[in-house]
Amino acid sequence: MMDNFSYSRPATLKEAANQLGKEHGKIAVIAGGTDLLGEMKDNLAAPERLVSIRHIADLQGVRASASGLRIGAATLLADIVENPMVQERTPLLAMAAGKVGTPQIRNMGTIGGNLCQRPRCWYYRNNFPCYKHGGNTCFSAAGENDFHAIFLGGPSYIVHPSDTAPALVALGATARISSGSRERTVPMDKFFVTPREDVRRENILLPNEVLTAIEVPTAPAGSKAVYVKEMVRETWDFALCSVAAMVTVKDGIVADARIVLGGVAPIPYRVAKAEAALMGKPLNEASAAAAGLAAVDGARPLAKNGYKVPLTQAVVKRALLSLA
Amino acid sequence: MANDDREKSERSVSRRAFLKGGAIATGALSAALIPAVGAEAQLPDAVELDPRHSTVALKVNGVAYRKEIPNRTTLLQFLREDLKLTGTKMGCDRMQCGACTVIVNGRNVYSCTTLAVEAAGGEVLTIEGLAKDDVLHPIQQAFVEHSGYQCGFCTSGQIMSTKVFLDRMPNPTEDQARLALSGNLCRCAAYKKILESVMAASRLTRA
Repeated sequence: MMDNFSYSRPATLKEAANQLGKEHGKIAVIAGGTDLLGEMKDNLAAPERLVSIRHIADLQGVRASASGLRIGAATLLADIVENPMVQERTPLLAMAAGKVGTPQIRNMGTIGGNLCQRPRCWYYRNNFPCYKHGGNTCFSAAGENDFHAIFLGGPSYIVHPSDTAPALVALGATARISSGSRERTVPMDKFFVTPREDVRRENILLPNEVLTAIEVPTAPAGSKAVYVKEMVRETWDFALCSVAAMVTVKDGIVADARIVLGGVAPIPYRVAKAEAALMGKPLNEASAAAAGLAAVDGARPLAKNGYKVPLTQAVVKRALLSLA
Repeated sequence: MANDDREKSERSVSRRAFLKGGAIATGALSAALIPAVGAEAQLPDAVELDPRHSTVALKVNGVAYRKEIPNRTTLLQFLREDLKLTGTKMGCDRMQCGACTVIVNGRNVYSCTTLAVEAAGGEVLTIEGLAKDDVLHPIQQAFVEHSGYQCGFCTSGQIMSTKVFLDRMPNPTEDQARLALSGNLCRCAAYKKILESVMAASRLTRA
């Protein structure tokens, strides 16, 4: 059972932000709660106060904006999957959000929470005193590292578990962040933090900040996109490896390509080399295979996750071929 | 063995009764510590005594409830322990199995990982709210007729997910049904029969 806590449900973002500023570290923001409550039950987090933001109107819903869509951070994943504007303008995001967890989880979890969720590493989740818990080691480095990072690992080897994050990086989305008094916007590919930058956290949010919205530009005219997720089973799991790919073909050759991997690095990992391998080529078996090979260039598998290298290579190729 | 079991359950009942007595006593003690200001109605309520409690009002199966609870109470605990609606089951308590699935405001959710305070103001539907008097809901009827269970522990969750699914998609394919129920595990692996039941239920509810 969780430790008890005080609870508030502020009506506005400003009110919420004011409450967050007061006691750093003792307060947690709750939206869908699917990650936080699990952490509290497992004693990974023990906030003294929860500030609920799911009912704040400003953080809700999908709206058309000048360049695309503005999606409130507390919008449910299920609402994103089913939203006609998302399906039409940024179908890659609808596909990725539809791959999160189960129907129940998508009915509970929010897009903001999906982006801000903590790692699934079993050492972290079982409360080993690792870097993430303030310790001075990563137990996966020499331990059971079957599901860990093959890119950007060290000193921690977690992988980023989000499905929507690779899609949003590929789409060139922007995160809107607020501390109540100060607003800032950050490109999605700058939102996430590698362990080398800060081993304790996975994104740039400060303790008194809230992710308020995601701005997603409409996918370029003529582009095609796909999200492919490989799991141990066919559904209801985190990615062993996932690929968000968006390709624009003009006059028979690739004019633009975005390829971002999930489940293989501590952040959504954009593979520029794979994109470069496609540019100026027709999208076919040969170019897709070359992009797959380029995608795993520089991979540094650990003792037990070597399978992720050929898996990633194959999934990138397969994703691209599905767009040809 | 049977005697052992009975003894255990008697012991746990009496322990629960003891705890209940304790809670009441604590309440009386706190009340006694507050300076008497006259009428009983003027005594501050427990929300003010402990900020870690809230008074939660929500509708369950059409009935309005209002109760003061610790904030950490999950919707599952609230249903089972406060309202004694034990048809909703606790399996993993970690959002992994689906036994605790209930419908909140028309969506199937895991009640084990929903705070009752977060559901406050909402409308909850549980397995107890499906049958009308002695007549089973068509989905329940289909699960009975097609043996969509073995031990039955996951069944109320399976049925609640089926309810939301068929409300939205009355004429589904088997593949759509598989995906819709993918958040409800069955350790007996009665999946074939569960799928049969869902498809039969879709025919019954359309009829």
